[in-house]
Amino acid sequence: MRYLPLTATDRQAMLDKIGVRHIDELFKDIPNDVLNPEIDLPRHKSEMEVERYLSRMAAQNTAAGSVPFFVGAGAYKHHVPATVDHMIQRGEFLTAYTPYQPEIAQGTLQYIFEFQTQVAQLTGMDVANASMYDGSTGCSEAVMMARRVTRKKKAILAGSLHAHYASVVETTTQFTDDVIERLAPNPANPEAELQAAIDAIDADTSCVVFQNPGVFGSVLDLRPLAEKAHENKALLIVVLTEVMSLGLIESPGEMGADIVVGEGQSIGNGLNFGGPYLGLFATNQKFVRQMPGRLCGETVDADGKRGFVLTLSTREQHIRREKATSNICTNSGLCALAFTVHMTLLGEKGLRGVSLANHKAAVDLRDALKGVDGVEVLNTTFFNEFSVKLSKDAAGVVDALADKGILAGVPASRLYPGAGLDDVLILAATETVSADDIDALVAGLKEVL
Amino acid sequence: MSMNNQGRPTSAGAATENTDFESFSGHKGLRLAEPLIFELGSTETTGVDVPEVGEFEMAIGGLERTSEIGCPGLPEPDAVRHYTRLSRRNYGIDMGVFPLGSCTMKHNPRLNEKMARLPGFGDIHPLQPKSTVKGAMQLMDELSHWLCTLTGMPAVALSPKAGAHGELCGVMAIRSALEARGDAREVILCPESAHGTNPATAAFCGYKVKAIPAKDNGRVDLEALKEALDDTVAAVMLTNPNTCGLFENEIRDIADAIHAAGAFFYCDGANFNAIMGKARPGDLGVDAMHFNLHKTFSTPHGGGGPGSGPVVFSDALKAHVPVPFVVKTDDGFDLVEDADDKSMGRLVAYHGQMGMYVRALSYMLSHGSDGIRQAAEDAVLNANYVLASLGDVMTASFDGPCMHEALFDDRFLKDTGVTTLDFAKAMIDEGYHPMTMYFPLVVHGAMLIEPTESESKYNMDQFITSMRGLAGEAKGGNVDRFSGAPYHAPWGRLDETQAARKPVLRYSPEE
Repeated sequence: MRYLPLTATDRQAMLDKIGVRHIDELFKDIPNDVLNPEIDLPRHKSEMEVERYLSRMAAQNTAAGSVPFFVGAGAYKHHVPATVDHMIQRGEFLTAYTPYQPEIAQGTLQYIFEFQTQVAQLTGMDVANASMYDGSTGCSEAVMMARRVTRKKKAILAGSLHAHYASVVETTTQFTDDVIERLAPNPANPEAELQAAIDAIDADTSCVVFQNPGVFGSVLDLRPLAEKAHENKALLIVVLTEVMSLGLIESPGEMGADIVVGEGQSIGNGLNFGGPYLGLFATNQKFVRQMPGRLCGETVDADGKRGFVLTLSTREQHIRREKATSNICTNSGLCALAFTVHMTLLGEKGLRGVSLANHKAAVDLRDALKGVDGVEVLNTTFFNEFSVKLSKDAAGVVDALADKGILAGVPASRLYPGAGLDDVLILAATETVSADDIDALVAGLKEVL
Repeated sequence: MSMNNQGRPTSAGAATENTDFESFSGHKGLRLAEPLIFELGSTETTGVDVPEVGEFEMAIGGLERTSEIGCPGLPEPDAVRHYTRLSRRNYGIDMGVFPLGSCTMKHNPRLNEKMARLPGFGDIHPLQPKSTVKGAMQLMDELSHWLCTLTGMPAVALSPKAGAHGELCGVMAIRSALEARGDAREVILCPESAHGTNPATAAFCGYKVKAIPAKDNGRVDLEALKEALDDTVAAVMLTNPNTCGLFENEIRDIADAIHAAGAFFYCDGANFNAIMGKARPGDLGVDAMHFNLHKTFSTPHGGGGPGSGPVVFSDALKAHVPVPFVVKTDDGFDLVEDADDKSMGRLVAYHGQMGMYVRALSYMLSHGSDGIRQAAEDAVLNANYVLASLGDVMTASFDGPCMHEALFDDRFLKDTGVTTLDFAKAMIDEGYHPMTMYFPLVVHGAMLIEPTESESKYNMDQFITSMRGLAGEAKGGNVDRFSGAPYHAPWGRLDETQAARKPVLRYSPEE
């Protein structure tokens, strides 16, 4: 077995040193009748065999890069420079542990410090943590943090919030003190969605959670929402599922957010069928000690040299145990590195340029769809994604187009089954979408509608 | 001084006697200084091709970001150099023995990385039509089959994002099952040796946490447990093998007692590496157990994630698993994404850590049923070899045999002036990552050593030589070697008190 270095001779010498005759003497604490069960699984395979086996499985899937591709709804196909994947595969990063031994982990700690700063700058907030599992789990952590900060229990989830995120919040808080009020989605009228969130806030509200751009793509000014929340001593939690939008659109911090949670996948990370992704979590300085997750801070070493350590860990489970702010331990370290390397390649200039190219692609797609009978664009504002109303069932249209080799977007019914949105389709166009891709989609839609 | 025929000195130290000088660059040979990107780059610089976009009418409702963002860019050559230089300040499994108890720092095969990057796995969207991801559903089904077979459990939830998230999934399933029978209960019992995530998770689900006492042999006190078990107890959370590196030899009596009280048995599977292929938790009365794919099944730790924490369930709990999950159909597979009344709901957006599923299955296929058992045996053999080789110079906390990790405490350092922390830092000077220290909490100055199956006998012997040497130095009174350690790391000990007192959590230009 290629990964197991011990030879039969080694094993015997080691058993001799230990003073036992057979390996199973070391397993004597396991009840004898359950030791060494028959395991009905295949025997070991060579590297070549594994590669062949898994490659065949992978070949049954349609890769995003191989077809005209318009699928988004919280996960986006962007071009990631080759440098990013090279850097995260360096063994010193890939095979390191959580940097609890800072003398030999300054590489990890410095990039976390850079990551925290980049996320804070992008979101327009004071501080960010070292990452969460993903956007959806970060969202539920933010709701619980708002309860700790405000000592109130009622969280309002706006209709603009991705259905999975809302479900994660509901599931995760079902045994806590939080009370969740989930508002209905309204793709045809985002202003009404915003107003409903404003109207739902009262003195008992701990937080209002609003996604911007919303799950149906609309971009809104959240200042009125922030104002109403703050009047009621509630926090505004802004959710971003498309962090690339921050290169073009005003930041949540500028709009008055108290906590920003986001899915960072778009920068540096591939689609990966939904994970691993990267939870972004940023807030203002005064709430730092109520934050979940790891934080990296600056300090000096014994010689006075600048260095970094994980800090404020008295919030965390390994110190506080049942009184911790969260049970989170592992985060998304390597995905955060990918984000940071990509962000460092982009810089503000590159980010603004790529963001603008995203918006342009979506504008081009919208303009092209205006000429298709049976397609009505619902959005007046959007970043790189918008919703359309079709003359037919959207899931059926998407399946028919998939048969033609076009991945046309996400039917709203996949996220909101039974909500009366069966004719709504969510379409994304990033910088990876070409004019040919748009032509193919338009031609395909004309055939199936 | 000897010279070669170009007149250059040929022996070290011959050119100058004074080697204790500061370089002009701040570098020290291969130890290259590297500032923060904020001190290097500018917002005008980029390392990517910025797409050329002509004039067009935007549709963002007048909300254009006009204020400066502040993120500097680096051109590609400098970006590569920046992160390469940072990487060289890190210790990883690729560099040497990483005996971090409870963390299972085993070799990360590069085949797994290659497989996860196949476009058919790495470049598929979680919401593209199911007809276009048949292979992905098959992979999830196959991984589920391996995990269920290895544990002898009937059901699995793949989606939890990490071990602690898996614990949450497990305890939520327990609470869901209890509530379904109208009896949520109030208390979860955890031993004092438990991972911190266990009590944190229990509290998260609305339970009070009570401690289970341990016996002198490092195992649960069965009689005391029975005493504590009443109709207020929802579950008992046990790590097995436990965090002292020992198998709970009364586990079936423990499970029987838990079930007799109407409670559930949650097993923290962080230490499954010791028993995979050797024993199945399903045969031992476990109701729910999470895996850490990033421990047992070799997906990289990545400097703190991403992890993956699937949970297996017994028949009593399987109705409550979260969505999504894969089911077999007449013509292949389907992905169930919407929760029914019994399901606890949804714990993550999309379908969990697919990239980790691919890597873990690649590991499992490579090892096979035979290699998985062999890996567990080698991990346990290596740990017992450590125990047998260091037992006379360090103090083992409990009698062997141990499972895949060997626990020592600081009694051998008594009156030396050397602490467990000092000893660990001195290991850095020896070229090793320190073992886990001060955990578990049940012994004083704990040192938990887990070599894993990835270490050869040669590596083990070198490691043992270093550890024996250090133990000898400590007992011989050479305190300086420890109190200022590490001396040979790129950084000395960091001031954690200063970091916490006035936290600086981001770069600010005015500093």
